[in-house]
Amino acid sequence: MTESTASPSAATGSTATSSANSSASSSAESRAASAPLLTAGRIAFLAFLALALVAPLFLYPVFLVKVLCFALFACAFNLLVGYVGLLSFGHAMFFGGASYFCGHMLKVWGWPPELAIPAAALAAGAMGLVVGALAIRRQGIYFAMVTLALAQMFYFFALQAPFTGGEDGIQAIPRTPILGVIETANDTTLYYVVLAIFTAGFLLIYRTIHSPFGQVLKAIRENEPRAISLGYAVDRYKLLAFTLSATLAGLAGATKALAFQLASLTDVAWQMSGEVVLMTLVGGMGTVFGPVVGAAVIVTMQNYLAGFGEWVLVTQGVIFVVVVLLFRRGIVGEAMAFAERRRRRREDADAAAAGEPEPAATH
Amino acid sequence: MLELIGVSPQMLFGQLMLGLINGAFYAVLSLGLAVIFGLLNVINFTHGAQYMMGAFVAYILLVVFGVPYWGALVLAPVIVGAVGIVIERTMLRRLYHLDHLYGLLLTFGLALIIEGLFRARYGVSGQPYPNPLPGGTNLGFMFLPTYRGWVVVASLVVCFGTWLVIERTKLGSYLRAATERPDLVQAFGINVPLMITLTYGFGVALAGFAGVLAAPIYQVSPLMGANLIIVVFAVVVIGGMGSILGAIVTGYALGIVEGLTKVFYPEASNTVIFVVMAIVLLLKPAGLFGTAK
Amino acid sequence: MMKRTLLAGLSAVALAAASGAAAQTEVTIGVLNDQSGLYSDLTGQGSVWAARKAIEDFDPAAHGLEVELVFADHQNKPDVGSSVARQWYDVDGVDMIVDVPTSSVALAVNELTRERNKVFLSSGAATSDLTGKACSPNTVHWTYDTWSLANGTGKAIVETGGESWFFITADYAFGHALERDTSAVVEANGGEVVGTVRHPFPGSDFSSFLLQAQASGAEIIGLANAGGDTVNTVKQAAEFGIVQSGQSLAALLMFLTDVHALGLDVAQGLIFTEAWYWDLNDANRAFAEEFAAANNGQHPTMVHAGVYSAVTHYLKAIAEVGSAEDGAAVVAAMKEMPTNDRLFGEGEIRQDGRKIHDMYLFEVKAPEESQGPWDYYTLRATIPAAEAFRPLAEGECPLVN
Repeated sequence: MTESTASPSAATGSTATSSANSSASSSAESRAASAPLLTAGRIAFLAFLALALVAPLFLYPVFLVKVLCFALFACAFNLLVGYVGLLSFGHAMFFGGASYFCGHMLKVWGWPPELAIPAAALAAGAMGLVVGALAIRRQGIYFAMVTLALAQMFYFFALQAPFTGGEDGIQAIPRTPILGVIETANDTTLYYVVLAIFTAGFLLIYRTIHSPFGQVLKAIRENEPRAISLGYAVDRYKLLAFTLSATLAGLAGATKALAFQLASLTDVAWQMSGEVVLMTLVGGMGTVFGPVVGAAVIVTMQNYLAGFGEWVLVTQGVIFVVVVLLFRRGIVGEAMAFAERRRRRREDADAAAAGEPEPAATH
Repeated sequence: MLELIGVSPQMLFGQLMLGLINGAFYAVLSLGLAVIFGLLNVINFTHGAQYMMGAFVAYILLVVFGVPYWGALVLAPVIVGAVGIVIERTMLRRLYHLDHLYGLLLTFGLALIIEGLFRARYGVSGQPYPNPLPGGTNLGFMFLPTYRGWVVVASLVVCFGTWLVIERTKLGSYLRAATERPDLVQAFGINVPLMITLTYGFGVALAGFAGVLAAPIYQVSPLMGANLIIVVFAVVVIGGMGSILGAIVTGYALGIVEGLTKVFYPEASNTVIFVVMAIVLLLKPAGLFGTAK
Repeated sequence: MMKRTLLAGLSAVALAAASGAAAQTEVTIGVLNDQSGLYSDLTGQGSVWAARKAIEDFDPAAHGLEVELVFADHQNKPDVGSSVARQWYDVDGVDMIVDVPTSSVALAVNELTRERNKVFLSSGAATSDLTGKACSPNTVHWTYDTWSLANGTGKAIVETGGESWFFITADYAFGHALERDTSAVVEANGGEVVGTVRHPFPGSDFSSFLLQAQASGAEIIGLANAGGDTVNTVKQAAEFGIVQSGQSLAALLMFLTDVHALGLDVAQGLIFTEAWYWDLNDANRAFAEEFAAANNGQHPTMVHAGVYSAVTHYLKAIAEVGSAEDGAAVVAAMKEMPTNDRLFGEGEIRQDGRKIHDMYLFEVKAPEESQGPWDYYTLRATIPAAEAFRPLAEGECPLVN
């Protein structure tokens, strides 16, 4: 991917990365920051990939699979909230919905995973198209509420429909081999399959953000009336972004169904929609890597605090509160801001013995 | 599942009555949310947890301090409201200049903390709270427990009292003015931040009040608010965010709609409100009583 | 382990190295249950205590065993439960999982345990599918199941004259199963089901459903729900004077902790079936005393007692087999040996994995009959072990032939 994005969109791509940092940062700053940050982003991605490739040597692969599934889900969600400014409070319906579809295709229809996973993701995309068409007509909190309402209706459907298995969910979904040869039954092999799926989804999102299409999305986020007056069919852009986000959320859900051999109500409940908001927020909304980091942090926390019962809830709540009050840019956002401040301080030091030092900006 | 024909008029009256009783809770809760949203522009996700706190404070007052129901009815909302004021002063206040989204996320986090702490302390089976008004009246079509009758009366009084204060008094006019132009109202020498704090405290106190009302009917349990909050959101959205009258009327109306669903299609009774909400938002985005801002 | 890629191969070596450290006499037991939700009072830390107690009482060192205990919260979610179980089996060297309330989670753990050839002893779960369609050579269902509750309560009530029934059913698999099993018992004993209403799960206001039940004119209102839903239904039934107007409530799944939460004022007169009660005999009372001392005065439920009994028998089987590695072999040994412990007395484990013992029909005391907190039940009848559980042939368990 590094090669593919390098030449065509160097200029557009760079502004994107830095304005992703935080909507608060001024455009002058971001232009200054653009070139080095882009490289930093690539290095970060390659480092991530290298780490991900050797991770199963040190960590339990099924745990990593879980992190990757949620990371993809959070990235898909972030595409919408971070780059279009639409907070969906019903994304669980695509995630969980696709996991039901995929589970049914694998278990009852006997489809191989290479067919079932994309088909389930597309089905989620189709749902996204319908839901999006209804929801994007509203803005802000109303948008969140419409998505929530539709997701609750889908939850009801999942509880009632015979194929979902109600409260029990679809259990014992078979891990059949991909293309007849790649044994997903082996946890480590499965991990690499999921890593491949995640990387594909992640790069698609990355590419989207840095394309002209992505630029228009950000223009809509920053100033919708202005985007309209510039002649963009704003609703069509929003709908396309919504559908893409739903499809990728579905991809994550379908993968999870294969990996965990289970599709259950947990994944379509509104709490799941809240959880993905938490992951994205903790990692950094509107940053490329934020959701990945956020998902890793939250999943790890849930995993290690599992024995402490209600304290998981309390800890999650405290994280929410602390992040909202003190670190609104999230882990990655704050790290980028920190790097940015250091870089500017160095520049200032280099540039001038004259003039006072730049005050450390508190957003 | 659909048994339209099998329902007698007697049965229907009974269910309408029960719907009204549930609507009484929705109305008090959504009123609190609407008041808070109207002035603070904050979606108070903690509302469900504060409702639960109201019930627990009543329980603790009774068990530890021996304060009876009627005392708790006054004291518990005050205590819960005071906690709300602390939350507003120390945390919410810092978020007013940001997107509404952050207020929602903060209160969501607070809700998790409060619920978790009560779970850790009290478990989840729930605690029993004695019924202060046992007995009831036979209305012919149904047996109406006295306490449920009291719930409807108390809710009506509180709701319309609040509405009157906001729509018909000087204090209310300040409040409404501050909603529109806080800077101007401040310029007239009114302490807007204080007013905001008190409004949040009042909205939260309403949640606490609903909690005390609920204590004798439902188990006093840390989980009692978690699912309710989503329903109450829907009520507020349907009524029109920030509309006081809308929240009250919609609260009662949806209680009744839900009650009827319990007769005709009981499995869907938790979902019907969301169906109504989706339809309303598509046809009338600002809600039934809202005006687009 | 597959070695499809170099990296996969490397990690396989790493895993093998990690698990190579385990010695043969080491046994790790995992208590997986609800530590924070609806069922945390009737399972939760109490089950962890019961398992630890069973290990202590067994004196593992004397039998050449070294037993470790871990626990986790499954939050009543099948995906959380199965991922904890997976990690326990794959990484943490857990040999046996015990308790697991909530049928959906139990079914998920059941499948995984079969796949990994470990052992699953269910005390908290209700679904009779565990020894029916889903039965497994690695699973023993210990304490109770939907069939035994339906049978005990349904039969006893029909025999004492409660012939027409109306069900208030929680609208999910467990509620449906409870309703189905009870209806069958009621009809088999000459009773009749006049209607049923399904409420969303979890619910909070049941008055509407109670009114429908009242309008049906049924003598008995069967509550095919659990936990907080049952508690709220009973509470609201008292409020609406359902019992005073001549109808009776039959709670199909009720635990000591539920009665405690309701208070005797409201719960008095309820009839239901359980497998164990702390005040039945001296051995149980002694156990309850220790339990209460360690758990803030709470008294043990049948699930807690079941965990104690199951862990005890499991350790006996391990001492016999000499290794915890082969789960199916351990369960086979458990089935061969008759069970005997201080809480459940003598019993056996059937071919389909069903643990067999007496069940008891209890009635909740009136407040004036009770000596104090936790003195709640009067024994109405003992259902002998031979009749208490679903006949082997009717379960459709593939292990039975």
